[in-house]
Order: sequence, then C-alpha cells, then structure tokens
Amino acid sequence: MNTKTDIYSVLDDTGIDTRQDEYLSRIQSVTEADVRRELAIKPGHFSLERLIVLLSEAGGAFLEDMAQQAHALTLQRFGKTMQLYVPMYVSNYCINRCQYCGYNADHKFNRSRLTMEQAVQEADAIASAGFRHILILSGEDPKHIDVDYLAELAKRLRSKFCAIEIEIYPLDTDGYKRLFDAGIDGLSIYQETYNRRLYETLHAGPKADYRYRLETPSRAARAGFRRLGIGALLGLWDWRLETLSLSVHAAYLMKHHWQSQISFSFPRIRPAQDVEDQPYKHIISDRQFVQMMLALRLCFADAGIVVSTRESSEFRRHLMNLCVTRMSAGSKTNPGGYAVNKEAVCQFEVDDKSSPQQVAAMIEAAGYEPVWKDWDPAFTAG
Amino acid sequence: MNNDKLIIAGREIKSRLFVGTGKFSSNRVMAEALSASGAEIVTVALRRVDIENENDDMLAAIDREKYLLLPNTSGARDCEEALRLARLARAASGINWLKLEVTPDPYYLLPDGGETLKAAQILVKEGFVVLPYINADPILAKRLQDAGTATVMPLASPIGSNRGLATRESIEIIIEQATVPVVVDAGLGRPSHAAEAMEMGADAVLVNTAIASANDPVAMARAFAMAAEAGRTSFVTGAAPVLKTASASSPLTGFLRD
Repeated sequence: MNTKTDIYSVLDDTGIDTRQDEYLSRIQSVTEADVRRELAIKPGHFSLERLIVLLSEAGGAFLEDMAQQAHALTLQRFGKTMQLYVPMYVSNYCINRCQYCGYNADHKFNRSRLTMEQAVQEADAIASAGFRHILILSGEDPKHIDVDYLAELAKRLRSKFCAIEIEIYPLDTDGYKRLFDAGIDGLSIYQETYNRRLYETLHAGPKADYRYRLETPSRAARAGFRRLGIGALLGLWDWRLETLSLSVHAAYLMKHHWQSQISFSFPRIRPAQDVEDQPYKHIISDRQFVQMMLALRLCFADAGIVVSTRESSEFRRHLMNLCVTRMSAGSKTNPGGYAVNKEAVCQFEVDDKSSPQQVAAMIEAAGYEPVWKDWDPAFTAG
Repeated sequence: MNNDKLIIAGREIKSRLFVGTGKFSSNRVMAEALSASGAEIVTVALRRVDIENENDDMLAAIDREKYLLLPNTSGARDCEEALRLARLARAASGINWLKLEVTPDPYYLLPDGGETLKAAQILVKEGFVVLPYINADPILAKRLQDAGTATVMPLASPIGSNRGLATRESIEIIIEQATVPVVVDAGLGRPSHAAEAMEMGADAVLVNTAIASANDPVAMARAFAMAAEAGRTSFVTGAAPVLKTASASSPLTGFLRD
C-alpha cells in the first residue's frame, strides 16, 4: 500500500512521466491473452496494471468487447439517463501565457468581463433554455474575477439553478470554503498535462506551478466540494501515459476524499484565436479517444464521464451509448455569448453547435432520459 | 391471507412492492412500469424533482391519486443535509412521509447509521413519517424503531448492484426482532431475489435499478410484482420444512394399523 499522503508524491512515485519509455514498453508488450484475461475479470475496479492492459494496442483490438462491458456497467450504475449542464464564461481576461490557449495574456484582443448584472442576465438566458446545472468559467485573472464576485454570483443564481460548479483558476482552501458556503459545490480543473517537464515548457504565469494545480481538487474537497472533475488536455502528451497519470490522480482522490464524486472529462485540443495550428505530436484519434474512455469506465465504475461540445454532434451521439453520463449542450465559450455580448472572443471553437433542445431530442432518440435536474440547492447551506 | 395486511403509520398499503423512479429511459416508460408493478408506494429523489412544482416532468408522470409519493433524501451526506432537504420538501409539498437516506460515500452509497439515527430522531419529533434506509444492522434497526420510525429498510446489497441478498443472515435477525415493518431495499436484482426476501418474512421490498435498467422495464415490473406476491404467500402459508433426510410421500409402512 502506498503510504504517501500527497498526490504529488504518489504520482512522482509511479514515475509515469520520468520513466516514460519503461511504461511505453510495458504497454507495447501487452498480449491478446493479457487483454482476454483482463476482460474476464468483473469490471469496475482499478489497478495501474489493469489500465495498462486496457489502454494497450492489443486492447485496441477488443474495443467492442470493452464497449459492451462499459455500456452494461454504466447502465447498471447510472441507468438510462444523461445529465445536461451548460458552461457560462464570465471573463476572458487571463494572466497566464499557455501556448495552446486563445486567452493567452500575450494575445491582443478586446477582453471582456461580465458585470454582476450582466452575469445574472446571461444566467437568465441559460435558465430559460431549461438548464438547472451551470458551470461558471473564467480566464485566470483574480483581479477581474475574484472570490467575492463568484460568491455573490452564486448567491444570485441559487434560486435559478439546482447546482453551481466552477472552472476557474486554482484557489486556496479558504477560498473554496467561501464559495462552498455561497452554494458552489462542484469544481472542474484540468491538469492539462501530467508530464511535469512538458508542463513547464507550455505554461508561463501563475499556472506554471504544476504542484499547486495538481493539489487543487484536494483543496476543494477539504472545503466540502462534492463533485470534482479532472482531466488532461488531450493532444499535448502521449494519451496512454496521460490516462495512466489521470487514473492515479482519480484513485488518490477517491481514497483520500471519499465523500467527493470524481468525474473525467476528455477535452481534445481545439482551434483557438491566435493559436497556430501547431503540429501537436499527440493528437488523439476518435478510436483512441473511445479506448481511453472505455478503459477508464472499466476501472472506475461510478465515475462521471463528461463529454463537451468540443466534440461533434455525430460523435457525441455514438458516445452516448458507451459510458457517458454527462453532456454540455448549446455551449458558448465567450463571456456574454448567450445574451449580453455575443461577439466576445471565445476560448476555443465548439464543434457541436446543436441547441439544448436538439441535444435533448438526440438523447431521447437514443433511448435515454435527458436529466436537467439532479441536485438541489438544499444540499448546500448557502 | 385476507388478514395479511401491511400497515405503515396507520395506513394500509395494498402492494408489498415499492418502486423507485430513477434510471428510467423516459418518464413515459417509468409511468408504464409503475402501473405494471401495481405499487402503491413510489419513491422519488428530491434531487431529481422540483417538489414544489406540480408541473415538474417527473412528478407530473406520477399519478398522485394512485400512488403514495415517498420523497427520499438521496445525496445527503450527513444529518444536517438530510434535515434541510426533508424540511424544505415538506414545506413545499405538504408530504410528510420521507425515505431517509444518508449516504456520505458517493460510490457504494452505503448508509451512515449514526447520522441516519440522529436525523430520524429529530424528524420523528417533527412529525415526519420516517422510513430509514440502513445497513442490515439489527441493533440499529431496534434503535430506529425505538426512535419512532415507521419502518426499517435494510439493504440486501449495495444500491444498484443487483447482487441479491448478500446480507441475508442479518436481515433474518431484523425480521425476527422488528416491531415495525421491514422493507428490504437495494440490491435486489432479480424477481427471485425479491421472492426470497418476502419468503424470509420481509414485509415489503423496494426495487428500482433492476426494473429501470431491464430491457423491458414494464415486463420486469410485472415480474417483480408477481415475485413479491409469491414470496409473501409462501411466507404466510408456511413453506414445508427443509429436512436432512428424505420424507417419502408414499411411506412403505403405511399399511400397518395400530
């Protein structure tokens, strides 16, 4: 049993990013027989060895078997339901300079931030489309969006939404505690890449602190947050190694913050303003994307699996039958994009431009119930 | 058999199968499955509905004339959250029946006995009809009935696991000792599991996942209804004892006269 109690040391101990070749070679050496053995075991439990087998090239030949198991497991745990949520950007100011991001501080464009009244107006437009789960996002700039702003906004939105979550810059535990007390109880934060050396080369600004970002979900959990969404930006590093690291992070969170539910997101790099079509060496194919998702489901029976509008409508329609539990719909990735400032600059371009109603209809047509409400403000004292 | 009635909080409950409303592919399928199940008590998660809104999609699909709505506090991590949810639900809807669920672990959803007992004691005093979801712990069941809960609802196995009566021996003790109806809840994955629980002497069973996730939820709801009835009939009638030796139906010494 690993007795290390902080995620940084736990991940460091695995050596996934420092002994890459060793891991890649282990993945490479997986045989068909190994995969068959793994698929004969009752699904839903995690070990690094198991995930190595499921992510391997040999495992890729068993995608249909994995899909059948993942589908059955998801059906049992989550039923024939698909929860819907919507992102709301409140600011595109950012003090970081991330090479892959449209909000990079070096990029020159008219930045905007929603006033409190504008944010409420934007939220009203979102609520009128039927959404009850909202994710508030912003570029990373504490001067423009601070804890006071978010706490006030949460108080104003509590009567309109049943669950309020955030995807912003990392805070300390006290900051999360204040937000939790205001009624925010979910967090998404992506490590972008779990490869420390690569992380350093891609990020400049406060975000360059790998460890602080890595420990963010733990700080939120200590403040009472109940839903922790994690992920890596797919396309920066080898997807298999990224998945192994992500799984170690998830397993750690489940063990040490057992009252919070973990979910996985799968953001693939998308075109963004002023970001060159860089020759990312690790762009992930649809097939690999699916293998990653299925492998994680077969190791984490109860984790949420989230797919955003970064993916195409057609692709999302197929993914639904695999193991997805949560989808965004009708997303705008610019502050004010729903009502107050439709021309503001987006963080990235969405692919699925279907309306919320079209997405709901697609879910119904696939034999699932679109779930607009699956929480209640009464859970948080706020 | 005619005198075999299930009474909860003074109300006679006609069906011994209670049904949950989560995980269905649509509210229409849910409504059809409820109808096929013959259930009278239908539990609904407060997290999933706007309890104060009669036009809420899910609530609108549940005929309140036909079913007794049993809101549950699924998602509550501790006593305080369960209390807050229960009070708000009652204030908004006037319903004072409550399935009390306190499940701090979001993965196995196992109930926290201490927090459940604490919440039950307070809610009973506030006039709620409390049906607590518990681990199959005979002592906790006694403490809860002493606190005034209307039933106890021990789990057969973890929620949604379909594993059947993994806690059989403890449930037998609870059934033997309980002074309130015992409703076996969670983990019943097959009609045969439900029949088995009822044959043991459970007063009722609660099923959700096994019906909602079935290929044909309506047919499966019917199957569970029949199983619950068969199991209960067997219990009340008294199944023949299990013997270690054969007991011939045509004895060889039957010709002898005293």
